[in-house]
Amino acid sequence: MATIKTEKNEYEIVIGLEVHAQINTKSKLFSYSSTEFGANPNSQVSFIDAALPGMLPILNKEAIKKAVKAGLAIGAKINLFSIFDRKNYFYADLPQGYQISQFSDPLVLGGVITITDENDHPKNINITRIHVEQDAGKSIHDQNPAKSFIDLNRSGIPLMEIVTEPELRSSHEAASFVKKLRNILRYIDSCDGDMEKGSLRCDANVSLRPVGTTEFGTRCEIKNLNSIKHIQLAIAYETERQAQMLDNGETIRQQTRLFDLATLETRAMRDKEDAHDYRYFPDPDLLPLSLEQTFVDEIRNSLPELPDKKKERYITEYSITEYDAEVIIADKSSAIFFENLLGKCDTKLAVTWLTSELFSRLKKADIKISDSPVSSENLLELITLIEKNVISGKIAKDVLDKMFQTGNDAKSIVKSEGLEQITDDTLIQESINKVLKNNSEKVAEYKGGKEKLFGFFVGQVMKETKGKANPAIVNKFLKDTL
Amino acid sequence: MEDITNYTIEELKNKLSKKEISATELTKAYLDNIKKNNPELNAYISVTEDKALQSATNSDKRINNGEARPLEGIPLGIKDNFCTKDIKTTCASHILDNFIPPYESTVTRNLWNNGAILLGKLNMDEFAMGSSNTTSFYGPTKNPIIAKDNNSPLVPGGSSGGSASAVCANLCAAAIGSDTGGSIRQPASFTALTGIKPTYGRCSRLGLIAFASSLDQAAPITKTVTDNALMLNAMAGYDPNDSTSKKIDVEDFTKNLNKNIKGLKIGIPKEYQLEGIDTEITKTWKNAANILKSLGAEVIDISLPHTEYAAPTYYIISTAEASSNLSRYDGVRYGLRVTEEGDSLNDLYIRTRSEGFGDEVKRRIMVGTYVLSSGYYDAYYKKAQKLRRLITEDFNSAFNKVDAILTPTTPNAAFAVNEKPTNLEMYHNDIFTVSANLTGLPAISIPAGVNKKNLPLGIQLISPLFSETLLYQIARNLEKELEFSNLELNKLIS
Repeated sequence: MATIKTEKNEYEIVIGLEVHAQINTKSKLFSYSSTEFGANPNSQVSFIDAALPGMLPILNKEAIKKAVKAGLAIGAKINLFSIFDRKNYFYADLPQGYQISQFSDPLVLGGVITITDENDHPKNINITRIHVEQDAGKSIHDQNPAKSFIDLNRSGIPLMEIVTEPELRSSHEAASFVKKLRNILRYIDSCDGDMEKGSLRCDANVSLRPVGTTEFGTRCEIKNLNSIKHIQLAIAYETERQAQMLDNGETIRQQTRLFDLATLETRAMRDKEDAHDYRYFPDPDLLPLSLEQTFVDEIRNSLPELPDKKKERYITEYSITEYDAEVIIADKSSAIFFENLLGKCDTKLAVTWLTSELFSRLKKADIKISDSPVSSENLLELITLIEKNVISGKIAKDVLDKMFQTGNDAKSIVKSEGLEQITDDTLIQESINKVLKNNSEKVAEYKGGKEKLFGFFVGQVMKETKGKANPAIVNKFLKDTL
Repeated sequence: MEDITNYTIEELKNKLSKKEISATELTKAYLDNIKKNNPELNAYISVTEDKALQSATNSDKRINNGEARPLEGIPLGIKDNFCTKDIKTTCASHILDNFIPPYESTVTRNLWNNGAILLGKLNMDEFAMGSSNTTSFYGPTKNPIIAKDNNSPLVPGGSSGGSASAVCANLCAAAIGSDTGGSIRQPASFTALTGIKPTYGRCSRLGLIAFASSLDQAAPITKTVTDNALMLNAMAGYDPNDSTSKKIDVEDFTKNLNKNIKGLKIGIPKEYQLEGIDTEITKTWKNAANILKSLGAEVIDISLPHTEYAAPTYYIISTAEASSNLSRYDGVRYGLRVTEEGDSLNDLYIRTRSEGFGDEVKRRIMVGTYVLSSGYYDAYYKKAQKLRRLITEDFNSAFNKVDAILTPTTPNAAFAVNEKPTNLEMYHNDIFTVSANLTGLPAISIPAGVNKKNLPLGIQLISPLFSETLLYQIARNLEKELEFSNLELNKLIS
């Protein structure tokens, strides 16, 4: 476990997370409005979303499917019977004056997500529950000194709230958890996990206790953290703050806090925010959610291979290193890309050409793998050319550059630029002879003992053949010749 | 000169199809009555004269082309808690007094699709909370009926007081209201009309502005049982946009009106025989039971043991749901907004809702908030839900022994508008009617007698879920024998 050491004490850090993940359905949870991001304010608001008199909610079944998928993906229990409750409070971005959520009988209970701690050891984090609820609208306070603006586009978008047990012990673990969860949700296509767009947000509950004790300390909730970096910074600040207070003998007050992006500190929200009695009761406009076991089973059968399983398969069946496997599966798009290479060419080449060669070019150009100008088919073709000795590995790098720039395929680039490897023994021998003839002094030096010059000769042969000679053949013939 | 506004829907359909009268004539006649008598009665909040005449013209065209639909040319009044597209819909509340819905409720759309004509929007207790129509922002509605030797204006009952008053005074051929705890049956009882609360889920609630979501139902009020069945035929139907709407085949509710009731078993619940009820009510009830016996039904004593808990259960559940349903009236997106320079969001809420809501609404929101609040939820709301289930089980057991249950509709007759009953006395009005809402069962009230003051008293029949056809059958049989004529009642207006 990670601890925070102060002058006086050592404290264990206890963290529980509540992650809000927008379910990526086309329509909202209880209305037909679009959930598309970035639309003009209040252009995706139906009469139901605006809570006009007489309007009633209608359940988007696809949202439930995706939430069930998420539950199954983490090995949780799907409650065939669950209830929608009203969470009552007043705020301008909450048109109904209540949020439709789930309180006493959520859709999903339990589950587990495996993360890696600071020492790269796997650690299981237990999930308390997942429930489905409506997102609220957006309040914009900073556009006008005297007015607040409300955008209801987000109001009613389906959310999964994923709650962990307080088993995380450091900001590193918290970050690892969110990354893993995000990856799983992307794999099963339940959420796009785009924290910048707000499709994934996190509240962190943080408390400290002296190392060796088991009783929980008072926790503070830091709300609406919307990047991995912010999660880590906020937790870091908060643990420091609480540690100082505890050292000074001060009592930690249970508070809701916000992370200030400017000062990188957490600060308390106004106190009256804490005194909420939500008066939960089952929403009488909706029937209890009753699912058939066959419905759940069908979804289970449709789950794709999840990241952990994929990683295991790469390691055991294909002897890929754990490090490489982790890199590949870390992103759904790169895993899909890799699956198009796997089994169709040499595995090691596939790994290298994807994770070293292509990835570095993508990173340099600041392009995501899903937007790669080089498709998996194209990369496979390039690798096949290398395997068949049509081009050398070195030439292939240049070819990849050109593929990256132009989007053209490997075969046509190799052909149009005449980059085919020279494997003709006679030609190679001729080049070798030419090089040795032109460098007779060096040959003498080599024969006199300067073995390093071998590399020079290889280089000269490659130069002579414009890099196209098959290096293995060059090496062999050169050795024989010398 | 015949008064065509006095005819039943059944009679009007006949005359319209025979072209003895036109829809336009009929509509004009009702509009004239409204002009003449609405100022006194205050049954209508808005009158849609132009729209009505336009619809009448269209109806006449259709009738002439032989394309008449089941309610073609029948002019109706609609309680002002049904959203009517582009027509002001207020719920008789200041907080919605400028609200014009951009959509039509499903039930009213069904009526227009059946050829009915909109005369206007009817007065009611604010947000349907009340049993006297005295809490309306637009002032009280008067009962067209008065007592024998006292011409003080009386309440028409509530919350669908405007609906009852309008039908009773021939200001429309029929009306729809809503019934959450008796809000159509009690007014029907006070005005000698027939009112039914259909099974919960029979009619769509989309566009019916919510009071208590698990109790509200659209409810027709008419001069006769046959008229009532014709109205329900047009109103009912599954609506996928209402998750509580039941996917059940639409029937012709008039189908068994002429069937006899020989061998049917009618239950008389002993717990409804309360101390201190007017003797006339008990007499009316006994009389109805005897009539049913004479028609060949078997009358059986039954027990509904949890009856005494019905009214408190109703008040806990309905106020809880209402406190949440009315949260959306906050001055932010539509309706009344009361605010001053420098106001915070809370200031805006407090000013708007304080001014916008009447006292009864505020009272119920506070009670509802209380019974849901932390520390009290288990003792009140959760317990009330348990009792609701027990009450439902009482009726389920009873229906193993009988086909329908006969009870009085109200423990009293219409009282004076100026009389100020206490809140508890007011809530007492509902004791016989709330169980039908709590259980979802269909229940009908028909006029069955008068008291010493010559004021009408209603009798109620309750039957199993989705058995409205049976309910109408028994009610029709009873109606025929009772031969209740309202010609002998004293009227406020000529």
